[in-house]
Amino acid sequence: MPFIPHTDADTAAMLRAIGVADIEALFDEIPDRLRSAPSGTPRAGLSEMEMRRRFAERAAQDAMGPCFVGAGCYDHHIPAAVWDLASRGEFMTAYTPYQAEASQGTLQVIYEFQTMLCELTGMDACNASVYEGGAGLAEAVLMAVRANRKAARAGWPRTVPMAGAVHPLYVRATRSIVCNQGIDVPMLPYGEDGRVDLTALDGLAPPPVALVVQQPNFFGVLEDVDAIADWAAERGTLLVACVNPLSLALLKPPSAWGSVGANIVCGDGQPLGVPMASGGPSFGFLCSRQALVRQLPGRIVGRTEDARGEAGFTLTLQAREQHIRRAKATSNICTNQGLLVTAATIHMSLLGAAGLREVAAASCAKTRELVQALGRPRRFSAPCFHECVIDLGRPATPVVEALARDGLLGGLALGPYFAELAHCVLVCATERRTSAEIERFATALRGALSN
Amino acid sequence: MGAQTIFDLSQPGRGAGAQRPSPAAADDLPPELRRDAPPRLPQVSELQALRHYTNLSRANFSIDSQFYPLGSCTMKYNPRGAHRAASEPGFLARHPLAPASVSQGFLACLHDLQELLKDAAGMPAMSLTPMAGAQGEFAGVAMIRAWHDAQGDASRREILVPAGAHGTNPATAAMCGCTVREVAVRDHGDVDLDALKAAVGANTAGLMMTNPSTCGVFERRVTDIADIVHDAGGLLYYDGANLNAILGKAKPGDMGFDVLHFNLHKTFATPHGGGGPGAGPVGATARLAPFLPGPIVERTDDDYQWVEPAQSIGRLSAFMGNAGILLRALAYALMLGTEGERRVGEFATLNANYLAARLKDAGFDLAWPKRRASHEFIITLAALARRHGVTAMDFAKRLLDFGVHAPTTYFPLMVPECLLIEPTETECKEELDAFVAAMECILAEAKSDPETVRTAPHAMPVKRLDDVKAARELDLRWRPQ
Repeated sequence: MPFIPHTDADTAAMLRAIGVADIEALFDEIPDRLRSAPSGTPRAGLSEMEMRRRFAERAAQDAMGPCFVGAGCYDHHIPAAVWDLASRGEFMTAYTPYQAEASQGTLQVIYEFQTMLCELTGMDACNASVYEGGAGLAEAVLMAVRANRKAARAGWPRTVPMAGAVHPLYVRATRSIVCNQGIDVPMLPYGEDGRVDLTALDGLAPPPVALVVQQPNFFGVLEDVDAIADWAAERGTLLVACVNPLSLALLKPPSAWGSVGANIVCGDGQPLGVPMASGGPSFGFLCSRQALVRQLPGRIVGRTEDARGEAGFTLTLQAREQHIRRAKATSNICTNQGLLVTAATIHMSLLGAAGLREVAAASCAKTRELVQALGRPRRFSAPCFHECVIDLGRPATPVVEALARDGLLGGLALGPYFAELAHCVLVCATERRTSAEIERFATALRGALSN
Repeated sequence: MGAQTIFDLSQPGRGAGAQRPSPAAADDLPPELRRDAPPRLPQVSELQALRHYTNLSRANFSIDSQFYPLGSCTMKYNPRGAHRAASEPGFLARHPLAPASVSQGFLACLHDLQELLKDAAGMPAMSLTPMAGAQGEFAGVAMIRAWHDAQGDASRREILVPAGAHGTNPATAAMCGCTVREVAVRDHGDVDLDALKAAVGANTAGLMMTNPSTCGVFERRVTDIADIVHDAGGLLYYDGANLNAILGKAKPGDMGFDVLHFNLHKTFATPHGGGGPGAGPVGATARLAPFLPGPIVERTDDDYQWVEPAQSIGRLSAFMGNAGILLRALAYALMLGTEGERRVGEFATLNANYLAARLKDAGFDLAWPKRRASHEFIITLAALARRHGVTAMDFAKRLLDFGVHAPTTYFPLMVPECLLIEPTETECKEELDAFVAAMECILAEAKSDPETVRTAPHAMPVKRLDDVKAARELDLRWRPQ
């Protein structure tokens, strides 16, 4: 009964007011044969101290040295203020801001967030988040299929090819979600340079409804996004861009890819102030051109006026959403990742464009230093961002396991994702990695490879 | 507040200098892939940002600052201890793709939670990956669909929902490529069994429902409902939105449900975060277990391992769902223990029935006066609206002035001018009495001075907002003047 405040006197007075003898009487509408108690050995409740001790022990069990894995989740520095602020009860324990007048804090944060993501991506609109990168990509694909009216009119097959180096776990999540609507998600091959090879699509008629490309891609390689965007635009294919938001401090925004840019932009916001924390909670974002705003799923905040004409914020375009539109909604999403959006907004405010650019540049530089120190060949020839695939010349999984036993996350072995890359690891060094840690990795890897 | 944004505070050349890493060049990036102009993010000092967001937080209602009787949302106390436990440095620093061999502490926690939830569900299998209730629903309906397909019965594509179901139910069915049919609800809040019998058939994939229902009452003939659906070849989905009412008292698995989701951000007290994150673990009976989304933690003789169920509907996220929320839920469940779990359902129900009795005495109309309230109940202000021109929305807005978050309004849709009220078990009697006093006061105002109620709120940072203008003149981002 750790959090129930009732005294015996309270309970007695309340039962009297209801007019029943005991609490059990309140359950008299549940048929007896459905009444049950927890099975197995009763568990005594733990005090907070005991519970914390158990968690501390288990967390300590998993403590690791420096992390050289990225693959969609990055070990960046997070300013102390970010989570001090985001953990304020007024942010953390508020509900969805349906009562706008009592939720101006959350609503304004989301409006500021939408603005920041529009600035990074070059898009016109952004929603208040989806669950994470993989599920967000699924929403982007569903949105693209809904939005491509030309394809629907002409009866193009519901096929959305993905560039071969889109994050394989995003691809899996997307397929599990969109297959229920009869959408096919074939993979395009990647070339020796690590970039997508669009020639597989040449001559395909009709063209695909939409095309997904990730920049930087899963291999850390930079795609030729201008050519891809032009290819899609020429054919009436909508382009879905999956991006690392941090990279956009340095890289061309998807709105400026090719002559017309991408139509929908999605990605995972973890690099913006969210701890790795086993991959969640993080948040996904979904941005679009103005023309597609009514196809965006999830919550959107707009600025409006109150009865006095003062500026204020409210959820808007709710006729897209499940609580209004039910079976005709753009998505079933309700709860999103609001608190992570709050953290990301504060993070971006503290770093600003210059800070994000420096973090991105420092991460690129550290990764180059790492690749140099490891002394193994790069697998792909095209320029990379802050991740890189290197070839160990032997099956990589046992090497990574051996490094882990030494307390070091020495990259991600790619065999489980790409059988042809079983000798390769994907490595990443963020701005947090020191030269000493890089040297430690290089030494450990030499040791592991010499066994 | 005047809605001064962080962008309005920005000055060129300003910034939070302590947050900048030492400068590095990224000279080798191809020039054609670089951006021309920097994004216009705020340029503010650390103190400016801190003060701005601290002040914004103060413009919010929250559980930590106000009573929040928001029906169907279970806004109970979110223990800080659980938040701190999940924020152990070892957990925050764990990379999602770290090998299982160096993740045994984390996997042990997930395994413990799986076992706890299986027991609460009365089901033998559990997947923790869905990231919110709606994603749990998606997993459940996708599993039902996959099960029918595996039986060679791909024609079953219709999902039944009782009238008044949460909007996520029909939206989920549609997202899973199914059609939706509503089944009527009778006068006392129970599903109309004759209508259900008429609705089921060879196309029925399954039925989605909550119990207690969205009417705030326990569906007494739930096993009859299960029999009708099962006899027609369909399966039953339990929406865990209202599980707080029966935690430790009854189990969905015993009622005949085949698959369910939990809302850990409701029943297991994890914070709502201003809209999320949540977590929506999915439980299943033995015949549906092979279809669960992965990964699931399995305990072997030596250690814990990730496994993917044999006929899994697949992954629903790149990694392990909202892992941090799962840890918070486990921390909460450990503090409750078995006895504490049972008391959750008991005191949530006591508080709701007490409030219902007090409001009835104060002259409010209960939607189903002859029924026991579950953990929540509905009042209808239809008579008041007719007589005084004061709506449920007006009442809700006026409550804000009394420092109480509004109950859920206009849900379920079939009850006119309704408020759905859920006090939760963590509120003390004094808080409930203060709520009744506020409701009595507004009722008196509605009669004597309806204009004050109609124009509420008066004590919030903003007056009532113009939603029509917001939708017609879309302003979704700040722009420089």
